[in-house]
Amino acid sequence: MASRDDIKFLSNPNIGQNRKKYCRFRKFGIKYIDYKDPDFLLQFVNEQGKILPRRISGNSLKYQRKVSTAIKRCRHLAMMPYVTDLLK
Amino acid sequence: MRNHEVTFIVDPVLSGDEIKATAKSYGELLVKEGAKIINTDEMGLRQLAYPIKRRTTGIYYCIEFNNASKPDLISNVELAMRRDERIMRFLTVALDKYGIKYNEDKRNGKIGKAKKKISIAAQAAKAKEPVKKAAPKPKPTPPPVEAKKEEEE
Repeated sequence: MASRDDIKFLSNPNIGQNRKKYCRFRKFGIKYIDYKDPDFLLQFVNEQGKILPRRISGNSLKYQRKVSTAIKRCRHLAMMPYVTDLLK
Repeated sequence: MRNHEVTFIVDPVLSGDEIKATAKSYGELLVKEGAKIINTDEMGLRQLAYPIKRRTTGIYYCIEFNNASKPDLISNVELAMRRDERIMRFLTVALDKYGIKYNEDKRNGKIGKAKKKISIAAQAAKAKEPVKKAAPKPKPTPPPVEAKKEEEE
């Protein structure tokens, strides 16, 4: 009969925790976010074209601000929509 | 000596050479006002994300210039652009040192258009890697080989 310990390790213990979020700008050493490059900025925007919050995109505060100004400039230059559906 | 970058969209209805003429005219205007143009980049015809003045496409130009500390240079250029109806939209941006470096890297091809993040990551990784690789590898491999040779002779 399977004793209690075997059952305990039947399922992988760390399925629950999702992977550690990190700020990709600090990790890869990106210092400047180009506002003329919409396909890079699309990663920080949800389907309706709204800017993703930090807790989801995992950015640090400093780079989240740079991303949001870059996205707003990109929208001004009509390279990115203000609001849309099924953007991705 | 501040670097600025003006990006503007030209109305696609005009003929090809007139579009180039507008872009060039703003380059000359900048030079006349005393700025030094570092680079004019033509991003060409692009689909607009939303219609501007009932147009759905536009030709994008981006001029990067060095402002010879003349305060009203930017306002003059922007005034001219506002008056010019061939320009649908413009945006002037001051560049910090990372922005300048980014534009240079982009010009000499270090930053590929699509793989912007990866190539920068490769750049950053490359900078870190040689330090790690150099240290461990040479030590183990060469010494044993020499030792054997000496014994044979």
